[in-house]
This record gives sequence, structure tokens and C-alpha cells, in this order.
Amino acid sequence: MRTGASASGGEPTTQKNISHRGEPANPSAQALQQKFGGSIKRVEVIWGETVVYVDPSSVHDVIRWLKDDPSQRYDFLSDVTAVEYRDPEVPIEVVWHLRSLPFRQFLRVKSQLAKGKPLEIDSLYDIYRSADWLERECYDMFGIRFRGHPDLRRILMWESYREGFPLRKDFPLRGRFSRSEQLRQALAQNPEARYSMEELSIADAYAELPQEMRDRLSKGERTGE
Amino acid sequence: MARRTVEVELSTTGLDAQGRPQRVPILTDDGGGGLALQAPPGLEPDLEGEHMLINLGPQHPATHGVLRLVLELDGETVVRCIPHIGYLHCGFEKMGEYRQYNQIICWTDREDYLNSIGNNVAFALGAERLFGIEITERCKVLRVIASELSRIMSHLVWLGTFCIDIGAFTPFLWAFQRREEIYRLLEKWIGARLTTSATRVGGMAADIPSGWMDGLRQFIRTFPHTLDEIDRVLTKNAIWVGRTVGLGVMTPEEAINWGLSGPMLRASGVDYDVRKDFPYLDYETYDFEVPVGTNGDVYDRYLVRFEELRQSVRILQQAADRLPDGPVNIDDPRIILPPKSKATSEMESMIHHFKVVMEGPRPPIGESYFAVESPKGEKGYYMVSDGTAKPVRWRIRPPSFVNLAAISKMVEGHLLSDVIAINASIDIVMGEIDR
Repeated sequence: MRTGASASGGEPTTQKNISHRGEPANPSAQALQQKFGGSIKRVEVIWGETVVYVDPSSVHDVIRWLKDDPSQRYDFLSDVTAVEYRDPEVPIEVVWHLRSLPFRQFLRVKSQLAKGKPLEIDSLYDIYRSADWLERECYDMFGIRFRGHPDLRRILMWESYREGFPLRKDFPLRGRFSRSEQLRQALAQNPEARYSMEELSIADAYAELPQEMRDRLSKGERTGE
Repeated sequence: MARRTVEVELSTTGLDAQGRPQRVPILTDDGGGGLALQAPPGLEPDLEGEHMLINLGPQHPATHGVLRLVLELDGETVVRCIPHIGYLHCGFEKMGEYRQYNQIICWTDREDYLNSIGNNVAFALGAERLFGIEITERCKVLRVIASELSRIMSHLVWLGTFCIDIGAFTPFLWAFQRREEIYRLLEKWIGARLTTSATRVGGMAADIPSGWMDGLRQFIRTFPHTLDEIDRVLTKNAIWVGRTVGLGVMTPEEAINWGLSGPMLRASGVDYDVRKDFPYLDYETYDFEVPVGTNGDVYDRYLVRFEELRQSVRILQQAADRLPDGPVNIDDPRIILPPKSKATSEMESMIHHFKVVMEGPRPPIGESYFAVESPKGEKGYYMVSDGTAKPVRWRIRPPSFVNLAAISKMVEGHLLSDVIAINASIDIVMGEIDR
């Protein structure tokens, strides 16, 4: 075990007196504009944090480049989330927080998904494994489908949850169903629904399933809903 | 892996032909003069290589809350692990959209409840960036003290429960005794032990009472003795080493790619600490070291967290020495409540009091992601404001959520009993994972 100060280079210091707008942008933003041109919608700096708005169709390429290019090396995906604004006209934003551990940089990448169309965007699962659960949570809470995610199941809510996507603004704070309806559904639940189809396919559990569930599994369904 | 030889003496009661209890030895001669563990024929069904499905949790004492792991076993070896979470989901993020910023601080107590005051500090720092506030010097040092006390508390709970999971009971009692002292300190300062809600946007709920520093110094002086004791009992203990070395290994590349942070990442040899790399609260002016492991296994995670406890004491010592006098809260009546005496006697203060409580402080339009080094890893608060007193979106970046996602990789190929040790080494708090 070794002890010591953190990564090489000049020691960073606590940021002080950050202005609302007008702090210098992260140099990666300019590099992105040169490399990807029209795919980079705009660049903003808010409270010293650089936000890059990327066209939804090229997010995967942009982030792949940010990770692999030796001058960028954004190797750490901190967070994947989404924002829905109170104004129903404003599109939903998917937000990625990236860190470059070697260069100590922080970058926020955003992509806007227009409402009224299916909310779909490419998954980053093949670039960062940390995207696995974070994207599942984003799907669970906002209903954004991540194309290419191998296991896009609900994660915090149970798989037979029927009320929709809780963090959407049209979802009421107390939920859509009354307490009695929620209780009725919970009691009526099929005990096997507590296992995913993937789990039920292990060993004997599969053979003991009802025929109807086995049929659905054989057709490629994943969950026991 | 080399086979370990452990002298065991095992026997089990069976029944003889007359139905009387009879002791049946299950150690049989292995032909080479030694004894081998072997079940008598007919006691265990032959599975013929078939895999088993085992459900571990959610109500299991070693899953540290309501974590459910579905395990596919080949004999006793884990082939696949599918975690299920969400049993403690409370919708903090949804509720936060209906609350003012100071009210959200009460939710932050309840997500990572072992680190409640540390979360309060982290949230307040994030909100202050969103408001564009610079806090006072005294407040900064008090928040460092709060964060490090909270780190020690969280690591002590981790240490104690980790010991219990592996079968060592004594360090649990020692750790919880010292944790109780920190709780008493917090109670004197804030009035609450667990749900502290200690910070406010722009300051703290309360300054420390007179004489509080003596209690802190007493703790700083005596706590390293406890650490030495636990160190002597555990670090070179053959059973401890045998149960932890080589388990759940993550290479540095894997650890970064899986998004691990905090002691989990540093145990794999990546020296990333938010306090050093993206400092806040003037952490760069404190003299402390970041312990880094080499093997990325359960034992290294233990060593890293243990060393962090010592480093936190160092930081506490420096903070106690430098605590400046002066105000704790910023001087802005639109954000900070006026003192009670003024609010009941001056018209101006009363109006401010009413406005702050009823309408709440309003940040400008914007967003901020503020990450701190929580005991579990990089904890970030992402807040989006549309200029009203309530955030459009309040997001917690939960470190143990991301760390737990790697469990299915870490337990693969290990024994069922090692799943408990690996799970304990992640230091999960279900309140934070499920939110």
C-alpha cells in the first residue's frame, strides 16, 4: 500500500467567486466543435461548468471520441440522468457527466429529445460499464429507451409497475393509483413476477413455470410481467 | 489457488437403526493417513452438475439493508449474480422538486443515513454554487469538521458490520463505542444524532456551543488508540486475511470503467479523490494523504478505509487548530434567516424572515453539479433551477449505487460465503442506493 498525494501535475485549488456566465470554457468543447462541427449544437458555461449540447444521433460517436482520443481521455462516466422542465414545450434533456481522471477535467454533455416522439437515444453501455445501472435508472424514472443496452429493465421500481415513469412532470406526486388500488395490485401479483425471466431460466425453476410463461420466454420476452 | 489446510473437528448427530441418536463422524480416512471432509453417502442429493437458484435477501442480516441477490450456483461456486434493488425507494428526487432548497436538506439526511451531516454539507455546497454564494471562512472549517466526523462515523459502521459479517465480534463493539462519542458531539452541536439537517444554504443551522472544541480535541486525542487496537486485532489476523485476500478483485481499468469511486476505486490503485482532484472547502490547504491499494481486493479495501480513518483524524486536528472566529452565516437577509431576537423586534427583519420561510430563496436560472468525496465515493448533487424557489430537477449521484452495480462481476467464481465478504466490502447503504 502506498500513500501520497493525488495525480501528477499542479495541485488544483478550490474554485472561488465563480461567476454565473462567462467563466472560461473547458478546452474540450472547442476541440469537439472542430471535430464534429454541426453535431455540436451549442456550448454554454454555467457556474464554471461547461455544457456541450450534442445532436442525439451523434452522442455515441462524440462520447466514444472523448474517451478514446489521447488529448481528451474522459475515462470516467460519473452520472447519466435526464431533466424534464416544467414548461411542456421544452424538450427533455439527457445529461452525461464525464470526468477525465488523467487531465482532471469535468464536462457535461447534454442531448435534447423532443417530446411527442419516442424517447430514444444510443446507450453508452459498450463504452462505459457504469452506464449499465445509470441508464436503467434513467429508463425507469423517465421512460427514455437506451438503444443497445442489453438489459434495459426497471431497476428501482418493480418490473410489473404500471403507473408510468415517476420523474416525468405529468406524473402526480402521490402516484396515479390510489392506495387501495396499489394494495390490490400488490396482493394480486404473481409470485413468479419477483424473478426475471433470465433468472427463471436457471435450472429447475424454468421447468416448473406455467406453460404460458414458458411460451412467452421462448418468444424472447425478458421479464415475468 | 493453494489449498488451505485447516484443522477441523466436526461431527453431527444421526439416528441409528433403533432410532436412537448416534454420533456420525463425517471425517473419513482419505487413504493417505489423513482425514478428509466427506458427507456420508445419501445425505446430499447428487445434483449432477445442475445449477441452483438461490435467493439471498432482501431480509438478510448480511445484505446491509434490503438488498436482494439472486445467485446461480454451481455447487457452492457463484456462476452468476443478479442484484435487485429498489425496496427502499422513497422518491427523494421527485419530492425535492416540490420543496425549497433548505427543505431538501432534510431529505439528504435520510438517503445515506450513515453520513447524514456529510450529505448536508454536500447539498449546501451544491446549492450555494447554484445561488452564487461564497460562504464564510468559519463556516468552511466547521463544514470540514462535520464532513470528516461523518466520514469517521460511516467508516466505523462499515468496519463494525464488516467484522460481524466475517465473524469477528469484538471490533464491532469498539467501533460502535467510538461512534457513539461522535453522535454525542453532534447532538451537542446540532441537537440531533442521525437526522442532523445541520446546514443551510449560506451557512449552518447553528454555531458550535462553547466548550464543544474540547470534546472534539478529546476525541482526536483518544481515537487513534482505538484504531491501533483494531489494527492489532485484525490486520494480520490469519482468519481475517484468509477471508479477505484475493476476493472480488477489480483491476484499475475495470474499476474506472465500471465507475467505481471512493475507497473501492483507490483500493484498485487509482488515486482519485475528489478532495484532491476537484477540491472544495479549501481541502488543498489541509495536509493529508490519500491511501491507495495495489490489488483491488477486499483486503485492500479494508486497508484503504482503515488508513482513511487515520487521515480524517489528521484533517480534524488541523481544522480544530485553524478554526477562525467570525460569523458562520453569510450576511444576506434574502437567503439567511435573521436572528430570532431581530425577527420579533424589527420590521425589516420580520419581513425578511417571512419571505425566506414562505417563499424561499431563489437562485438564478442555471444548473450545477457539485461532487464531494463522501465515505462511499464521489457523491454528486446535480440541481437545475428555472429561477423559482424550487428546483426543476434535483439529482443525487449515488456512489454506492454505482459501486454495487459491479457486484455481479466481483462475485463471479467465488464461493457463496465470499459473496457476503465482497458485498460488505462495497460499503453499501440502501437508503442511498434506492433513494
